[in-house]
Amino acid sequence: MKKTIVVLLLFTFSFSFSQEQKDTLIPKDLKEVIVIGKKSQIHEKQGKSLGTIDEFLQKGNKVDMIKRGAYAWEPIINSMSTERTLITIDGMRIFGACTDKMDPITSYVEVSNLSEATVHSGQQGSCFGSTIGGAIDLKRNQNTFGNQKWDFTLNSGFETNNKQKIIGSSISYVDSLYYFDTDFMLRDADNYKAGNDSEIMFSQFRKFNFSGTSGFKFHKNKLLEASVIYDKATDVGYPALPMDVSLAEALITSLKFVVVPKATPFKDWETKVYFNTITHRMDDTKRPFVPIHMDMPGWSETFGMYSKLTGVKDKHHFLVNLSSFYNKSVAEMTMYPENPNESPMFMYTWPDVRTFYAGVFAEDNIAITCHSSLKFSISLGSHSNDVASEFGLQSLQIFYPNMKAENTRFLKSFSTNYIYNKGAFEYGFGLGYGERAPSVSEGYGFYLFNSSDRFDYIGNPNLENEKSIEGNLFLGYKLKKFNTKITSSYFHISNYIIGKPDDSLIPMTIGANGVKIYTAMDYAMIFNIDFSTEFEFSKYFKWNFHILYSRGKDSDSNNLPLINPVSYRTSLNYNKQKIIASFECIGNTAQTQFGSVYGESSTADFAILNATIGYKFPFGNNKIYVKVGVENILDGYYTTYADWNKIPQMGRNVFVNVLISL
Amino acid sequence: MKSFLKYIIALTIIVTTLIFTSCSSDDDTTTTDELAELTKFKEFSNDTHTIELYKHMEGLEQGFNEISLRIKDKTTNEYIKNAEVSWMPIMHMAMMNHSCPKSAVEKVTANGTLYEGYIVFQMAQNATEYWDLQVNYTIDGITFSATSIIDVPASMERNVNTFMGSDGARYIVAYAEPHHPAVALNDIEIGVFKMQDMMNFPVVDGFKVKIDPRMPSMGNHSSPNNVDAIQSSNGELYEGKLALTMTGYWKINLQLENAEGTVLKGETITDTTTESSIFFEIEF
Repeated sequence: MKKTIVVLLLFTFSFSFSQEQKDTLIPKDLKEVIVIGKKSQIHEKQGKSLGTIDEFLQKGNKVDMIKRGAYAWEPIINSMSTERTLITIDGMRIFGACTDKMDPITSYVEVSNLSEATVHSGQQGSCFGSTIGGAIDLKRNQNTFGNQKWDFTLNSGFETNNKQKIIGSSISYVDSLYYFDTDFMLRDADNYKAGNDSEIMFSQFRKFNFSGTSGFKFHKNKLLEASVIYDKATDVGYPALPMDVSLAEALITSLKFVVVPKATPFKDWETKVYFNTITHRMDDTKRPFVPIHMDMPGWSETFGMYSKLTGVKDKHHFLVNLSSFYNKSVAEMTMYPENPNESPMFMYTWPDVRTFYAGVFAEDNIAITCHSSLKFSISLGSHSNDVASEFGLQSLQIFYPNMKAENTRFLKSFSTNYIYNKGAFEYGFGLGYGERAPSVSEGYGFYLFNSSDRFDYIGNPNLENEKSIEGNLFLGYKLKKFNTKITSSYFHISNYIIGKPDDSLIPMTIGANGVKIYTAMDYAMIFNIDFSTEFEFSKYFKWNFHILYSRGKDSDSNNLPLINPVSYRTSLNYNKQKIIASFECIGNTAQTQFGSVYGESSTADFAILNATIGYKFPFGNNKIYVKVGVENILDGYYTTYADWNKIPQMGRNVFVNVLISL
Repeated sequence: MKSFLKYIIALTIIVTTLIFTSCSSDDDTTTTDELAELTKFKEFSNDTHTIELYKHMEGLEQGFNEISLRIKDKTTNEYIKNAEVSWMPIMHMAMMNHSCPKSAVEKVTANGTLYEGYIVFQMAQNATEYWDLQVNYTIDGITFSATSIIDVPASMERNVNTFMGSDGARYIVAYAEPHHPAVALNDIEIGVFKMQDMMNFPVVDGFKVKIDPRMPSMGNHSSPNNVDAIQSSNGELYEGKLALTMTGYWKINLQLENAEGTVLKGETITDTTTESSIFFEIEF
């Protein structure tokens, strides 16, 4: 059994090409469908094993995070955020319940739930739904059947900067027919301090997460697995926003059925049904000055399923995925006038929008020769929205008198990639076309206040699909102790959806600059290029360097907001038996190409230094890992282009992670 | 899973409802009840007939009132279907009497018993001053009359404005519709009347009522796509569109503009002028 070692995040894979290629040439063992990785392996490779999922994701070469505080960062892939990307948990679609993007779905999972996150750039990520910028699939821990065995681990951590206390444990059991795996984790943090000891008020959070997975092999080649994640965050501060969150709660459940067919050409057939429900409550009661007190709860429920079949026939490695989901998104706003005798002011900000999607995705990866492969993928889906609330529909009809409750659209995508490698050289290129439907906010949002440009946003039910044509290219050179790679992608996005000010409208939010209507621009273009290199000085010493630059412009030649300036990361790593250590420098150059038309201002450059050291203490069969590190060693006061309202990031932070494995 | 259970329950209810409604759909043959949604709020009589007054909601109040009435023959207990009806509301004040804007009284349906019209009480009663209503009707050439004091309390919200325009004339502008405002683009109806003398208040034709709804409790924000009220034909109420983007207390600021486009009363809302001198209030 050849086991792929799965690390919590692939900071060494700049593209998933290398993996795919390996798949092509070395077909996986049948059993590998079920077996992916083991928890204990995570800890050995990670300098900070109890970092948040957000911290792990941020290390991805194509991924960055929009930060509104210390909690629930919003992932961006190829300089594109939630609407243009696809984030799934083991293939499951989940939709946040907050109109202000305070709850990206990554905020409802915990590192202890996951074994890896795979990042796909552009249309190569369209297996589980439509996307423009790419996809992240967060993969759950998966157990293997084997000899009867119990595993206990205990995790604990402390971070000095925001007094974050982390405690968690996991219990897992396997035998030849059955396994279960449960874990919980609790985090509790106070306000963090930016550089120079300046406290960032309202940056506290508290999060409890529980997860359980249980699998049963009821036939030699059939597996049934049930999985649940319960996540509850309370008292979460968002210092960059005018409101905090009193509750963000998710229940994520699924039932999976896997068949490993004995007959070729099929390798495995996985079918999953799932349900998740999210409740999100914003809270402004702790803020010292609010012009008007308001409640803004939101709910999102999703039922879904997918059925994925993979197989190999001659040179063809194919995958077919049928997927479908039904989502219900509701959000309300109730404002309370100062005069208690006056009626509260109520509106639907998401008017109970029901989204139904059903689609098919097919991919064929053809090993042309032992040096080259060609991959095709195609998807077709039907996407419909229905505004179920009559109240909400009538509200939107104020803006769109002829608007109908229902709207159905078809989404198509297509991509092709060619990869060649011989000797030390490796290169590849690809083309793709993809479409996406407007998000609930873009299509049906009602007076959603954006605290960055300070505009109220109104959805537009008449928006057409956003369409992207992309090209990508990579070139690599790999020797035994040295490898380097340059990758690049270009997106031409027509009907680019963005808010445009409408001067005839008067904002609702007190102090807002105006009202923006979601509008389709002619087009926008986004270009990304990144370069990474790794050099092994010796058996124990390794040096990494990565640099990324992105450019984004709209059809009027204005810069797009939230586009990565030159950002770089370099680290020196030492790894010898029981010791791991690293010294890292992360920085950005000044952001000079900022989206001034979209209310963005420039961001200064910064560089910070981090260092970690870890040691494994073996005690017979038991192990204790201790990891200590300092982040932002020089206590720099800095903010990045992706920090909402220029909220300064954490200053010097010392962390200790202890993991006991029994 | 609680939500899943909710769906099952909801489904059960839907199925049950479908079954039961399909069973009961046979006896759908009753004629439309002309008193549906109407409440009788007053009854008075003369020697021969009893007059019954009806209204959509509860009783009369200051402002625009749609009133329906029926005339019952005291001897036969039959409702009169062929009367010609008119009415005259009078305010009895200490020094003088005056009337108010009112419409003609018309049959609702040819075969029905109901007559309807509207009356705009521009002021409420008080301890010493009161309204009465005289109903005059002719049946087969014979004229009858009945009079009674009616109760017209003050309204909670302002729904009628009485003022002197810049042209020197006295006007009454009254809120007629919607009875039930919604978070939607509502059809608004406004009555505009001129005080010709103490007893005559005809409809003003060809003017325009500009509307600007605002929420004073929330930064005095407005709403989009309102349409100023104009008449579809002479003698009618003024019709426009009123956008209400949320529930709560709204102040609908008004400006009355004559046919030449001169504003006779009311101000444009700005940062410093937060309300017009003529306005309506609604709260829901």
